[in-house]
Amino acid sequence: MYNFDVVVPGSVAEAVAALGEEDAQALGGGQTLIPTLKQRLASPSVLVSLSGIAEIKGVCKTDDGQLSVGGGTTHATVAREAAGTFAGLAGLAGHIGDPAVRNRGTIGGSLANNDPSACYPAAALGTGATIITNAREIAADDFFQGMFTTDLEEGEIITEVRFPVPEASSYQKFEQPASRFALVGVFVAKFADGVRVAVTGASNDGVFRWDEAEAALSANFAPEALDGLTVSGDDMINDLHGTGAYRAHLVGVMAKRAVAAAS
Amino acid sequence: MTQVSMTVNGKAASGEVEGRTLLSSFLRENLHLTGTHVGCDTSQCGACVVHVNGEAVKACTILAAEAAGAEVTTIEGMANADGSLSVLQQSFQDHHGLQCGFCTPGMVMSAAALLKENPKPTEAEVRDYLEGNICRCTGYHNIVKAIMAASGQEVAAVAAE
Repeated sequence: MYNFDVVVPGSVAEAVAALGEEDAQALGGGQTLIPTLKQRLASPSVLVSLSGIAEIKGVCKTDDGQLSVGGGTTHATVAREAAGTFAGLAGLAGHIGDPAVRNRGTIGGSLANNDPSACYPAAALGTGATIITNAREIAADDFFQGMFTTDLEEGEIITEVRFPVPEASSYQKFEQPASRFALVGVFVAKFADGVRVAVTGASNDGVFRWDEAEAALSANFAPEALDGLTVSGDDMINDLHGTGAYRAHLVGVMAKRAVAAAS
Repeated sequence: MTQVSMTVNGKAASGEVEGRTLLSSFLRENLHLTGTHVGCDTSQCGACVVHVNGEAVKACTILAAEAAGAEVTTIEGMANADGSLSVLQQSFQDHHGLQCGFCTPGMVMSAAALLKENPKPTEAEVRDYLEGNICRCTGYHNIVKAIMAASGQEVAAVAAE
């Protein structure tokens, strides 16, 4: 790693001020950023750790029945505290990485990084969540803008993510066995007014909604409703772990599993 | 360089670190607690697992500055007060849960974290919890046995796969 300074502010306001310095970079749980720094793929002058900000940690129900998750909340905490209210989200959080990674990695860090193979973007897009920052609220449909790219401005911090709680939901992923990132992951969420389906791990453009599957499942929420539906492998990630065509096939398989497992 | 202070195995510890200093480096190089092993340095192998405020974390993937003020427990803090091996450590020896021993500190720390939150795990839960701890000698089988035995459960039923 190139050297850098570290500051650990205790409030969002202090963190925003610290991020105003040139080449400052926010540090969530560090489970992606620290390995990236070790590879010298980033060289910030100052790392602003968000781990000391109590006001952006925790899980609670909002007055209008949504599930609010603080941006600095670890995967382990979400897995534990969302289990009773939103099992699909808790299940997703409880299968990211491994236990030690889940004790550090945060939802805000995952969403801000928007790794094309990360799990959380599928839950945010698959429920139509609202990403709340120190400055504004962003709909998930507008937030994700392609691989490692989001609508966040420089120095903007995700303070909260607000999830509409579906009637039934499930996230199913086919793990890349070494990294445990999703080779393909599908989040299916059934709401009173329709079904949303979000796919991660597959596309070169990052997480996306599978419109045809949403229409079919909104008419009939059953795995067989997806029979015959396919996605094109042309724009899918093609690497040593799987071809684009293989990932396209997995999208259908994982979507069916998610519908079958939805609770 | 900045000064960081934390509690390590119940004792106050402090030292001068750079911003980039990892907790694993601070433990090994500043405090000379070399029981925390660095295997991969890419958060894959789990040899460096320690407890920070009671939770298992990979010491190679947290900055020393982030652990300032925390309660840290390493493998050196796992033995009984009289220096004898803890039940969990003794169980690794009794069940031959190690061969070369490189992964063992991380295995013991992960296992201790598991048993704290789940005192009677099933075999499947043990294997699942060890997902982030890699052992290249044992094939995991005797590690699982050691952890099951340390939790007071029968291990005869743990069959080889």
